[in-house]
Amino acid sequence: MVLLQQVISGLSIGSVYALVALGYTMVYGIVQLINFAHGDIIMVGSYAVFFAINQLGAPFWLAILASMLFCAAIGVLMEKVAYKPLRNPPSRRALAFAAGLIAFMLLLMFVISIAIALMAALCVCVAALFLTKRIGWSPKGGAPRISALITAIGVSLFLQNIFMLAFSPDPKPFPSVMEGTLKYGGRYSISYGALATMAISVGLMAALSIFISRTKMGRAMRAVSEDAGAAVLMGVNVNSTISATFAIGSALAAVGGALYSASYPQIDPFMGSQFGLKAFIAAVLGGIGVVPGAMLGGFAMGVAESLTKAVDSRWSDAVVFLILIIVLLFKPSGVLGKNTKEKV
Amino acid sequence: MEEIRKKHFRSFAINFLLLAALYAIFLASFKSGILNNYYQGLICYMLINIMLTVSLNLTTGFLGQLPLGHAGFMAVGAYASGIFTKTVLLPPAVSLALALAISSLMAFACGIAIGVPALRLKGDYLAIITLGFGEIIRNVILNLKITGGTSYRGIPQHAGFTSIFWITAACVYIISALISSRHGRAILSIREDEIAAEACGINTTFYKLFAFSLSAAAAGAAGALYASYQTVLTPASFTYNQSIEMTIMVVLGGMGSITGSIASAAVLTLLPAFLSDLAKYRMLIYSILLIVIMIFKPAGLLGSREFSMRRLIAKLRRREAN
Repeated sequence: MVLLQQVISGLSIGSVYALVALGYTMVYGIVQLINFAHGDIIMVGSYAVFFAINQLGAPFWLAILASMLFCAAIGVLMEKVAYKPLRNPPSRRALAFAAGLIAFMLLLMFVISIAIALMAALCVCVAALFLTKRIGWSPKGGAPRISALITAIGVSLFLQNIFMLAFSPDPKPFPSVMEGTLKYGGRYSISYGALATMAISVGLMAALSIFISRTKMGRAMRAVSEDAGAAVLMGVNVNSTISATFAIGSALAAVGGALYSASYPQIDPFMGSQFGLKAFIAAVLGGIGVVPGAMLGGFAMGVAESLTKAVDSRWSDAVVFLILIIVLLFKPSGVLGKNTKEKV
Repeated sequence: MEEIRKKHFRSFAINFLLLAALYAIFLASFKSGILNNYYQGLICYMLINIMLTVSLNLTTGFLGQLPLGHAGFMAVGAYASGIFTKTVLLPPAVSLALALAISSLMAFACGIAIGVPALRLKGDYLAIITLGFGEIIRNVILNLKITGGTSYRGIPQHAGFTSIFWITAACVYIISALISSRHGRAILSIREDEIAAEACGINTTFYKLFAFSLSAAAAGAAGALYASYQTVLTPASFTYNQSIEMTIMVVLGGMGSITGSIASAAVLTLLPAFLSDLAKYRMLIYSILLIVIMIFKPAGLLGSREFSMRRLIAKLRRREAN
């Protein structure tokens, strides 16, 4: 019976892993990028829910909806600002803008007055535009693969640090939103929180499956992940499809974050990295780029972790990585993944 | 052939003399008290960082893979050498040499164990698997008895400025000699195009594994120096953020430039020490730097350019002749 109890709690946390893993796998399927910042979107979502409940007094469901919208916006912004310039070379104007922005932020730290910093930043902006024109420099496109990965790490680090500066690194207690337990079979019980987590996650996954298989946007996503070049020729707007993927993935991560924080009632700016890593491993386990694989991987991961926790909680993280290594050794494409032949 | 050998010897001699001069200047300023103990510690720390950055550049810049657990390899080396020098009592020089050998071998073995599953595959699995390794190794250190939990004290201080300086120099020399050798060209060709390299008959898996494990071994040696200099080890000094900081040093200097790595490791170690007001914003600034550099100059500030003293002298001579 203890085993059953552990399996149920594993399925509950596993459904959250699955939600987050979906975001990883969708983004990877469409742009072949491990979005390291996806884990931190969980953290952003949790903070959004925290603020909606504590400051605005919103009910939990409304807070989750708001946080989904907020995270979707952050996800799209992240894609547009950081990842898109890697695919399509940025203009000189973008460079000048970035230089101005950095100058502005650096100056804000030293100079008290915003007006002076703004003026100086404008000067930097103009100077950058002028200089690049003068020497005839423009950014080149076609950044190597490793650049995208480093950018993703940069975005993740940025989110963590901006939240740390804004809300201090100390953990904050998350309001208890789902209380009470359901008793069954005499001595055993299951919390309503775990039940609700599973119900919400499974519902969202079903909705996502229908979205991907039935709607026009879903078909566009499948087309782009199959062959982006051919999709463009068929009239698919690749950029907006990628944005939609980031938006949906981030919204799911927001729900995942809210549900996770509700059952482990504490949030801090670094909560996303460990959790995100496990969710990523879940995605690899199921087959990265395969949507049903992420769901399966998430549940398997949750159960495996919950069972090892029952034996010795100190080594549960190590077991998770052991799973990753075993998968990579024996079936690198994941349980549901297809083996693809590489073409020159 | 004779000409090339002569050229190599000349450039080696010039660099060696330059290093010796640099060493003499540092030593003189420590002895005369121009630079006090605090600065001596800072410079030793900078040298260790140079060693770490150059070794990481071997994987990130020259091989084109992204490991995120370099601090983990450093931790393996540091604890291996710390435990060895504390338990086996030998004369300092012998002990340090053995500790360096043991710790780099341990890190090398860890590199192979991690590289085999990750590097056989195409794609970014190395990043994830090394990230996991870095976290696990810290977990293991915290939970094992032999590593002393939250802090491991009482390591004899065998490494001083002299040994750190020359070992760093040797490490940088070995890596740059490797890069300009035939094996180095094989590694570079994998970065440029893995399929083409394979078609040319290069054993890509072997060279990927070789470069990655070698960089892990160098990180282990750097860890050994760190342990023998600091005398106290805590798992908290080998976190993910540490690995990221090394990556930033590589990226900023230039992926594929040893000169760039040395310069950026020196600047990014010394600058925060003088700008302590900005300590709070350091990681934030780094993260923005990473994104901006990747968008506008993906190969890093110096790209793959190298500075060569011999070339500079030749240029100056030519100018004089004109």
